[in-house]
Amino acid sequence: MNSKNDSMVVLVLQSLSEVREQFGIPESVEPTGETVLFGLGGELDSLGLVNLVILLEEKISDELGAQIALTDERAMSQEHSPFRTVTTLAGYISRLLDETKHA
Amino acid sequence: MPDPVVMLITGARKGIGRYLAEYYAAKGFVLVGCSREPSDFQAENYQHFCLDIVDERAVQKMFSAIRRTYGRLDVLVNNAGIASMNHVLLTPVSTVQKILSTNVVGTFLLSREAAKIMSKNKVGRIVNFASLAVPLRLEGEAIYAASKAAIVSLTQVLAYELADFGITVNAVGPAPVKTDLVCHVPQEKMDRLIARQAVKRWGEMRDISNVVDFFIRPDSDFVTGQVIYLGGIS
Repeated sequence: MNSKNDSMVVLVLQSLSEVREQFGIPESVEPTGETVLFGLGGELDSLGLVNLVILLEEKISDELGAQIALTDERAMSQEHSPFRTVTTLAGYISRLLDETKHA
Repeated sequence: MPDPVVMLITGARKGIGRYLAEYYAAKGFVLVGCSREPSDFQAENYQHFCLDIVDERAVQKMFSAIRRTYGRLDVLVNNAGIASMNHVLLTPVSTVQKILSTNVVGTFLLSREAAKIMSKNKVGRIVNFASLAVPLRLEGEAIYAASKAAIVSLTQVLAYELADFGITVNAVGPAPVKTDLVCHVPQEKMDRLIARQAVKRWGEMRDISNVVDFFIRPDSDFVTGQVIYLGGIS
């Protein structure tokens, strides 16, 4: 994993922590890159996921000055969703940011 | 609702949007308007953005500016819309795409981005624009009516999806008002249309702001997914 992906993983973990606090979701184990966010065994329900997305878009806008929309037609898919784990989401954000740069 | 209320109106340069911008600015709201062309409306509490409401990046930038400047958004009025009168057999696909894009995609995109800001405060009001063309099945307006029917569906489903965020979503369906949208429609056709209403008169701007006032009142937090048609049409 490269350093950009690492920093995105940190951003997702920070945001996940804030959403957990906001919704009073108990932190059973320390979240890592492999933590499942959404779907079977996931940390968040659909409302929690939406709030995580809103928070991440805000942070990316404020901290990186980039406007991206974390939307995907497979968002609610169990297997192929980019929102499935912390790492897949971080990778997805990195890809969108690259696309924004080259747009 | 906080004081002052922060409201965004699309298509605010002219017609109903312009009237609503002036009306709510005079009430002391913090008004943000947008349209493709610049607006000559000026007020201390009015800010205008020039953009196309289907340009996702431009829309996101506007919402980012709203969040940074005002810290919140309380009301979105999805007024922007276009129409084209034509027989279905003479309607080019490019016209269909343009109408569906502005009316449906624009309303969707603005609602999505507005809901993100509104969800922070667990309160918000989205008011969409339906049309009598839907219940009256107006001939010559097949695509416009289809786009407005889509807005009605969008209103009703968004009401469910956004309820948990404290956001209500409703729509107003104005009776014909003398704006640019209807100025090229023959008088005879307008007379026939008005004759189908229960109350047989042209709509006034105040009829529309009256319904918007109702939808955005703090006490209307239990009113969502509703479409109010004016003039007695249902």
